[in-house]
Amino acid sequence: MSANKETFSRTVIFVFAVCLVCAALVSISAVQLKPLQVANKLLDQQTKILEAASLLEKTDGTSKSIKATYAQYVEARMIDLDSGEFIEGDPNLFDERRNSRDVTKSEKLENDIAGISRRSHDAVIYIVKNDAGNVDAVVFPIVGSGLWDLMYGFVGLESDLNTVRNVIYTAEMKETPGLGAEVLNPKWKALWPGKKIYNDNFDVAVQLVKGGVKPGNPNEINQVDGLSGATLTANGVTNTLRFWFGEQGYKPFIAKNRDGGLK
Amino acid sequence: MSAGNKSVLTKPIVDNNPIALQVLGICSALAVTSSMVNALVMSLAVIFVTGFSNLFISIIRNQIPSSVRIIVQMAIIASLVIVVDQVLKAFSYSLSQELAVYIGLIITNCIVMGRAEAFAMKEKPGVSFMDGIGNGLGYGFILLTVAFFRELFGFGTVFGVEILPLIQNGGWYQANGMLVLPFSSFFVIGLIIWAIRQWKPEQVEKD
Repeated sequence: MSANKETFSRTVIFVFAVCLVCAALVSISAVQLKPLQVANKLLDQQTKILEAASLLEKTDGTSKSIKATYAQYVEARMIDLDSGEFIEGDPNLFDERRNSRDVTKSEKLENDIAGISRRSHDAVIYIVKNDAGNVDAVVFPIVGSGLWDLMYGFVGLESDLNTVRNVIYTAEMKETPGLGAEVLNPKWKALWPGKKIYNDNFDVAVQLVKGGVKPGNPNEINQVDGLSGATLTANGVTNTLRFWFGEQGYKPFIAKNRDGGLK
Repeated sequence: MSAGNKSVLTKPIVDNNPIALQVLGICSALAVTSSMVNALVMSLAVIFVTGFSNLFISIIRNQIPSSVRIIVQMAIIASLVIVVDQVLKAFSYSLSQELAVYIGLIITNCIVMGRAEAFAMKEKPGVSFMDGIGNGLGYGFILLTVAFFRELFGFGTVFGVEILPLIQNGGWYQANGMLVLPFSSFFVIGLIIWAIRQWKPEQVEKD
């Protein structure tokens, strides 16, 4: 048996058998674990949305209570970004990443300040209601280039669609730990609540300021401290916010609904 | 466990450490050692892969035609790494995002291939499995040591628990920004190798 193991046909059969076993192992683990992976990813997204809406305190941190809280308070709706109107469609089937690569579902950007090159026609926004059933906050997904790669996040706005409740980035980023990745630092995130996206003329004015916000300056309400040692990431965050809350982003929707029209 | 098996298991931790003595697997030791949690998960993944790749390769070692042995080893290692990646995605989504490509890069980790080729192709399955686990432990030992210093002095924390309160959080400790960057592992690994060779002078190469 072992004497002739170097023959051509035996080698082919052996390699084929090994491949078959390995393929079976990989396939079984992928298929068996798929439902868990999908559920995990969804849970991560729901956690971030609740965090952006400051509702994470209502949960006890377990996946069950996160799901229940999300189901109770959050409603996902599809909108057309250009017109700012609600449209029909299943938000659960919407995939921004797939859409923004599909020429029929996205458009090439003229003024691509966020560095995303194509933008989906549609978007999903998350309307958060309070116990009385009134709109309490709206969570907008954002994406834009940091220093190394795209950064995905969620911005929660109060029902005036101007005052920031939270800016939450997902951990799925390649920013430098300790520098750019400090956008995940609770201390930095705590600078956001109460800041305003737009100025009095309804122009996007939000920005990160290198060296820190000067107290008492007239634009203080639109400004947040930059990240020390991470100017390029901070510029990316500013540009991402300016893009998504500008004319090419959610501004048409916000213009229609900012006077309390949202139900 | 026989005395032979035990020494195969424990020798790679200090006496024949894959990173400190064999100087294998440095690449991932730079990348994933910025925090203890990452280093721990990475170590467990490598222990699993080295252990089982050694076991499976050793089981079929007498059947593998020598002309295709490297490819066969790769196929087995790659399958195990994919399984680890899938499991991590299923049970800890945020960790799998942070470790991202580095889990996949276990395939190219020289330790796994090196032990398969140098040990598992010659030895019996049981002792090969021990050798794989031992080398994984040796790798993990260095990884955790490096991560301990980098996280403690780079972020002031250990496993995310604050040890040295940072100035920006109202404490007194000015974080060492250099230790946050991957290349700083070279210094830490260098110092560890120096310390081990002071302790065990027989590891010093004769030139």
